[in-house]
Amino acid sequence: MNDYQHTQQEISRFRRRALLAGFGALTLFSLLFARFFHLQVTLHEHYSTRAESNRISLVPIVPNRGNITDRNGVVLARNYSAFTLEITPSKTNGLEATINALAEVVDIQPKDRRRFKKQLEESKSFESIPIRTRLTDEEVARFAARRYLFPGVEINARLFRQYPEGALAVHALGYISRIREADVKWIAERGEEDREDYTNNYKGTDHIGQTGLERFYEFELHGGTGNEQLEVDKSGRAVRVLTHTAPTPGKNLTLTLDSELQRMAEAAFGERRGSMVALDPNDGSVLALVSNPGFDPNLFVDGIRFDDWDELNTNPDKPLLNRAINSGYAPGSTFKPLMALAALSQGKRGVNYTIADPGYFNFGGRRFMDDKVGGHGSVDMLKSIIVSCNTYYYNLANDLGIDAIARFMAQLGLGKPTGIDLPGESSGTLPSPEWKAGYFKKREQQKWFPGETISVGIGQGYNNYTSLQMAHALANILNYGKVYAPHLVSHITDPTTGEIKRIATEPARQIPLKTEHVDFIKTAMAGVNKQGTGARAFAGAPYESGGKTGTAQVVGQRNTRNLDVRLRDNSWFIAFAPVDQPKIVVAVLVENGGFGAASAAPIARQVFDYYLLGTTKTTPAPEGVATADEGNTEDTEEEGEHQHVVAD
Amino acid sequence: MWSRIKHQGAEIRAHLDIPLLIIVLLLMGVGLITIYSATSSAGLARLDNQMVNMLVAVIIMLAVAQTSPQKLMRFAPPVYLIGLALLIGVALFGVVVNGSRRWLSLGFIRIQPSEIMKIAMPLMLAWYFHKNESLINLKHFAIATVILLLPIGLILKQPDLGTSLLVGAAGFFVIFFAGLPWKIMLGMAAAGGAALPFVWNLLHDYQRRRILTLIDPTSDPLGAGYHIIQSTIAIGSGGPVGKGWLNGTQTRLEFIPEKHTDFIFAVFSEEWGLLGNGILLALFLCLVVRGLMIAAAAPTLFSRLLAAAISMVLFIYAFVNMGMVSGILPVVGVPLPFISYGGTALVTLMIGIGMLMSIHTHRMLVKK
Repeated sequence: MNDYQHTQQEISRFRRRALLAGFGALTLFSLLFARFFHLQVTLHEHYSTRAESNRISLVPIVPNRGNITDRNGVVLARNYSAFTLEITPSKTNGLEATINALAEVVDIQPKDRRRFKKQLEESKSFESIPIRTRLTDEEVARFAARRYLFPGVEINARLFRQYPEGALAVHALGYISRIREADVKWIAERGEEDREDYTNNYKGTDHIGQTGLERFYEFELHGGTGNEQLEVDKSGRAVRVLTHTAPTPGKNLTLTLDSELQRMAEAAFGERRGSMVALDPNDGSVLALVSNPGFDPNLFVDGIRFDDWDELNTNPDKPLLNRAINSGYAPGSTFKPLMALAALSQGKRGVNYTIADPGYFNFGGRRFMDDKVGGHGSVDMLKSIIVSCNTYYYNLANDLGIDAIARFMAQLGLGKPTGIDLPGESSGTLPSPEWKAGYFKKREQQKWFPGETISVGIGQGYNNYTSLQMAHALANILNYGKVYAPHLVSHITDPTTGEIKRIATEPARQIPLKTEHVDFIKTAMAGVNKQGTGARAFAGAPYESGGKTGTAQVVGQRNTRNLDVRLRDNSWFIAFAPVDQPKIVVAVLVENGGFGAASAAPIARQVFDYYLLGTTKTTPAPEGVATADEGNTEDTEEEGEHQHVVAD
Repeated sequence: MWSRIKHQGAEIRAHLDIPLLIIVLLLMGVGLITIYSATSSAGLARLDNQMVNMLVAVIIMLAVAQTSPQKLMRFAPPVYLIGLALLIGVALFGVVVNGSRRWLSLGFIRIQPSEIMKIAMPLMLAWYFHKNESLINLKHFAIATVILLLPIGLILKQPDLGTSLLVGAAGFFVIFFAGLPWKIMLGMAAAGGAALPFVWNLLHDYQRRRILTLIDPTSDPLGAGYHIIQSTIAIGSGGPVGKGWLNGTQTRLEFIPEKHTDFIFAVFSEEWGLLGNGILLALFLCLVVRGLMIAAAAPTLFSRLLAAAISMVLFIYAFVNMGMVSGILPVVGVPLPFISYGGTALVTLMIGIGMLMSIHTHRMLVKK
């Protein structure tokens, strides 16, 4: 092979390979084109969306929470705007160092650090957490000048909840606090129930109603979250605003509660523990709802300090407990008018039916004692209520039987929630054989003993009701059986549309009660306030009222006077006024207050005077005097006996 | 007829290839408008710099085009040896930038010797095969392989995957066009496949991560996969006709990393869409085809091999860059030829274009 041939061969091979390379390039470029086609045509929509979500950041705008005012327009809960200094832990260069450096610029107390630490544990590191709230203008200016020194720290204007009246009606109002894990779940669950996207609506919200009306009406008060579409760059800096949707402010609650009445009632309790519910029997409006002691809900608003929380939680008086709806007590003698009505309705007793009271009632080989040694003599129904005769009701309970009692009391609303617009209301305990069988685990405890029926008859035994339930039951009687669910909210106003939604104005149900029976009970209870155990407290009242005292035993002791204060009897008083056209019903309970006539009844008197006469000046009956005469006719001894029976 | 001859005469005297020149100028034009879009928000300094870079590169191209292939051939061994020496110098005294030892400081200027190799490698190998023309056998292929692997090993060690890939491609194409038997190529491919696990072990962590995140970019959306995900979003959201010049949101809001350098294709693609991509691919294809035509018409083995290798390296550049930005190839630091911002790569590329022009315009003289 010569050089020339060799070169020709080499050239043709070269050209073949060059052609091949050219086709190779064409093929690979076609592959690229196919890839571009795939991305830009087939998946175009997908990537457009991704580019948009890259570019657009949806910033929620939290709505103004609704205000709460009482029936006269007194503001009980509102919002105010203040500057907070907030830290986003993930963006700082060392959290501890940042806080220490900040302390040089603004005032940071140890309590602020503790609260911050607590909230830090509850939140995610990319959330911003306030280290200081309510900055002064001077502090804002000082920080603003040095903000470049503090990455991850910023000043935000935020709305804060404020309860201008402090502890007033706190157990009705409740309070708001920072949203926790459990609240997030609750929001989602409620959203599913109501078929609303609450979860989405809570983006950006960091407070939620925890208790009381703030909780019950959370979704009315919250409002609709608005948003702003911002165009952001890679580092999340806003470049410009694309759209702005204004938030819808939350709805305002107007209460049926009268804050002056409430204030007066709370003052009447003073240092004493207990509860009081005042209802308008004509529509179920709650006029006052007291649970004493209370606390200042403002403590919770921007995260409660640890020592405050500790104080509230460990206080033996349990200020956080809403006694009015969550603490049940044996009703004692306040149960007697209800029993009398049961007997009349069932036809087991006529008003003239008379017993001879020897001072005790023998049943099943046991002797149930009356409160008065030697008995009250000849007792008819009217007298049985006025003098609070135990023997009459031992006898009556035995004749009615536990099933009939339980059936009738259930109709009055006992043993189940009243349906008040507050979360977590207790049912109390309406004793019956079925209840006992379901309540106890051990077989021998599940059996109902006939002797237990006798105790139930005088409001002892397993009977256990809240003051709300007692007020509700009395209101139902005074209404001749028309039942209105108690409610704290009168109406809900939409501040945007002005639309007003009224709460429950129609009776929920009707209990079959006879007018003459109800009128008899009213007369009997009026008798109590005229000549019975309520007479001292209502002496000189320019209106006619009805009432019934009750003393419910805490421990089985005959002589309660030397007992430790917390073991003394609980004092009850249920009452209404005026007798012919009742405008107000109350149930008062004073824990360890001793005799109902002494402790609870004077509170009711003050409330009635204020509500019916517009005066706050009453002369409460001095304690020692009231107990001297009528107090002795009360139930001290029956309870000792009662405990004895139950112990069997 | 006269005018055409006269025109050709002028062209030959100026040693210009008009088709090549037009394609390259068009590509540089695309580069300027895209760099403007990518960087104008931060001022026009980058655009001005790149225009200066282009001017310098065009002048160098013209100078190279005037140099005959015979003279170029004479430069081959010294340029290669100097390049090799500098690479060894880098390995010993190099400056570390971003974790890679790529630069050599000569006091007043920093140079990147691996860049020299992009030109020196095909030049050297083409010279070597030309010297041994008519008696090329397996021994020469073996020596050529050593010439190829010495600098590549040094560049890989820096580490610089992108450059070693381009230098390797340049060398490989010379050997391929010199007639490396298919059997050996297949054998080497098989051996290469078998060696993959060992190569994997030699790779640096960041290189492995790049390869791994290529397979599944979403596995590390905020880390290594971020670049690929964002550039893919930019391309995809561009759609058939693009969002329009200066309207790319991914670009403007800085979601695209390295948007004026290695990832500039994402910027272009977002704003000009599939239509723009098609045109760009066509321009690159024309460039490659024109280069191969020049190679096919070249009179000597040296110029044939050099021209063909340069053409294919241009192809590899474009393919690897667009492939990585669109997410089908690993992210290796390869700029988009004539379009990405940066002077060094542009000058290297234009030296290559100058060589193509030189080869084409000096062929008559050789034949004569």
